[in-house]
Amino acid sequence: MALEIDRVSKRYGDVVALRDMTFDVRPGELFGFVGSNGAGKTTAMRVVLGVLEADAGEVRWDGRPLTLATRRQIGYMPEERGLYPRMKVRDQLVYLARLHGVSKADATASANRWLDRLGVAERRDDEVQKLSLGNQQRVQLAASLVHDPRILVLDEPFSGLDPIAIDVMSQVMREKAADGIPVMFSSHQLDLVERLCDRVGIVRSGQMVVVGTVDELRATGPRRLFVEAPQAPPGWADRLPGVRVVSHSNGSTALELDDGADDQAVLRAALATGPVRGFGDRRPSLTELFRDVVSAT
Amino acid sequence: MTLSSVDAVRLVAGREVRTRFASKAFKISSSVMVAAIVGFVIVAKLISGSDGDGDSKIGFAPSAAPLSAAFGSVAAAVGEEVTTSEVDPATGEQRVRDGDLDAYVSGDPAGFQVVVKEDLPDDLRTAFTVLARQAALDDQIARAGADPAAVNAAVAAATFAVRTLDPPRDHEGPRILLGFIVGILVYMAILLYGSMVAQGVVEEKANRIVELLLTTIRPVQLMIGKVLGIGAVGLTQMVATVGVGVLAGFAVDAYTFPSSIATGTAAWTVVWFLLGYLMYALVFASLGALVSRQEDVGGATAPAITLVALPYLAGVFILPSDPGNGLVALMSLIPFFTPMLMPMRVAFDAVPVWQVALSLTLTVATIGALAWFAGRVYRNAVLRTGAKVKLRAALRAR
Repeated sequence: MALEIDRVSKRYGDVVALRDMTFDVRPGELFGFVGSNGAGKTTAMRVVLGVLEADAGEVRWDGRPLTLATRRQIGYMPEERGLYPRMKVRDQLVYLARLHGVSKADATASANRWLDRLGVAERRDDEVQKLSLGNQQRVQLAASLVHDPRILVLDEPFSGLDPIAIDVMSQVMREKAADGIPVMFSSHQLDLVERLCDRVGIVRSGQMVVVGTVDELRATGPRRLFVEAPQAPPGWADRLPGVRVVSHSNGSTALELDDGADDQAVLRAALATGPVRGFGDRRPSLTELFRDVVSAT
Repeated sequence: MTLSSVDAVRLVAGREVRTRFASKAFKISSSVMVAAIVGFVIVAKLISGSDGDGDSKIGFAPSAAPLSAAFGSVAAAVGEEVTTSEVDPATGEQRVRDGDLDAYVSGDPAGFQVVVKEDLPDDLRTAFTVLARQAALDDQIARAGADPAAVNAAVAAATFAVRTLDPPRDHEGPRILLGFIVGILVYMAILLYGSMVAQGVVEEKANRIVELLLTTIRPVQLMIGKVLGIGAVGLTQMVATVGVGVLAGFAVDAYTFPSSIATGTAAWTVVWFLLGYLMYALVFASLGALVSRQEDVGGATAPAITLVALPYLAGVFILPSDPGNGLVALMSLIPFFTPMLMPMRVAFDAVPVWQVALSLTLTVATIGALAWFAGRVYRNAVLRTGAKVKLRAALRAR
C-alpha cells in the first residue's frame, strides 16, 4: 500500500511553496526527503497529514485519497516538536493514541512498550517539561509510534538527537519499514540518509527534481573520476576538453567528464606529470549529488 | 481505529477536566470563591443583625414590675420587640453598664425612671413615652370615675386604613447584597474561565502540539472539546460556590427574607453563568487562535473582556439605587450583556417573564451563531503561527 503524492501544488500569496510535486513512497521502503531550507519539504509533509490544504493535486494511499480516518493511521513527527509541557509523559502518549482511535487499554500498553524501548520508561510519570531535550525527542518519537501507524511521516527526526538516540531512531525506522509500511522522512544529515534510505527524493523550489536509489542518482550525473598523481601541479587537467576539476588537494584530484570526453586522455595527462598511484571511477556521496542537483539551473 | 465526533470531543474535554481539576489554580480559585461567599453571607448576617431587629432587653425593678406587661403591649404596638424581666435593684444599673440590659426601669408605676447606658433609642423612647402617658391617662380616667380598662379597650379597637401610593419593595437591603454577590460571581467566573479557554488555545499553538492534534481530529472538535471541558470545570466550581453560599445562609440563619429568593437567584446564577460562559468561551477561543504567544493573549482578548466588564459595571452602579432602570433593562436583553445583567436584575427585583424568555432565546441563538463564527476563525487561524492573524483574514480564508 504505497503513499502517492500526485501533482500537489501550494501557494502562499505570490510565493510558490509546492509546484506539481509528485513522488511515491512504497510499502516497506525508507524514503529520504532532502532539500535546502525552504525547498518545500515541510509543506509537502503537512499536506500529506492534511493540516495544510493543497491548492491542487492529491495524496493517495492504497490508490484512494486520504481521509481523516486514514490519516489517523499515519505516525507524524512535525518539524516543530510539540507536546503538552505540563502533562505527564505516559498520560500524554495515551491521550494521543486514543485520539488516533486506539482503546485505552491498548494505548496504555503501547505507551509502556515504546517508553521502555526508547529508554525513557523511568520518566513516564514526569511532566514532559522536566525532561532533557533529548528525552523529549524520544517521547516525541514515541508519540508518532504509539498508535501503531501504517504510514510514517517524520520531519527532521534526527535533529537534536545524540548519537545513541540516532541509532535507536534508525533502528526503529528500519523495523517499521521491514513491517511493510512506507516510511518517509526529511533530513539534512545526508550521510545518514545515504546509509538508511532505499530511495531518495531531492526537492528544489517546491519541485521534486530527482527521485531514485542513491545508485540511480549517481548514474544520472556526469561521469566522475579520481586521479592520484602526487606530483601533479594545480591546474594540470584544466585544458583537457570536456573535463572539469571538482577538487584538487595533496595530489588527489576529483574530476567530472562530459559525455564523450576521453578518460584515457585524462590518464595520459596525469602520467605526464609524474607517477600515477590511483585512477578510476569515483562514487560521489549523496552530499555531492545533492550539491550538483541543487546548484544546477 | 474509528473515532466518532462525540468520542473526539469527549476525549479532548476529558483531558481538560482532568488537568484542570488537578491544577493548583483550580484548587486555589475554588477555595477563594467558597471562602469569599461564606464570608459574604456572614458579613451580611452581621450587618442585618446589628440593624436592631434583635429584641431589646428591658429590666424592671420589683417596684416597677407592674408596668412590664403594659410596656410589652405598648412596645409591640410601636413595632419594637422587647423582652422584659424583673431584676434585682442592687444590680440593675450595673447590668445596663455591662450591656447585659438595654434599659433598666426603677421607681413605681406613677413615676418611673429609665436607666440606659448612653442614649435611649428612639423606638424605646416612644414606647416609654406612650407608657408614661398611658399611666397618666389611666389615673385621670379613674379619677373621673370611669373604668380605665373599658376606655383602653375602646381606644385599642380604633384603627384606620392605609393606602400606599409608592409601595416600597420587599426586602430591599438583602436583595441588594444578593445582587452584588451574584453580579461579581458571574462576572468573575465568565472572565476566569473565558480567559482559561483563550490561554488553553494559545498554549497548544505555542507548543505546536496543535499540529499533532489536528492530524487526528477536526479543528472544531478540538475547540468544542476544550470549551466544554473547561466549562464543566467552571460549572462544578460555580455550583459548589453557589451551593455553599445558599447552605451557609441557612446555617447562619441569614434569611430575614423568604429563602426562595436566595435559592431562585442561585439557580438563575448558575444558568446565566453557563450560557454566558458558552457564549464568551467561543469568543475567547477564536480570539486566542489569532495569536501564537501567551504574552499576546491579553491584547487579543481585551475587546471581549471589555464586553464582559461593561454590563457588570452598569449593573453594579445603577441597579442598587434604581432596580427598574430602563436602560439597564434594555441592555440586559442584548445577548452579550445578558449573562451579567439578568441574574443581577433577578436578585434586585422581579423581572417580567417575557424579558427572561426573550433574553434566554436571544442568548441561545447567539451561542449558535458564535459556534459557527468561532469554528471558522479557529480553523483558519489555529495553525498559523508567528504574527497575529487578522480577524478578517481568518474569517475570509477557507
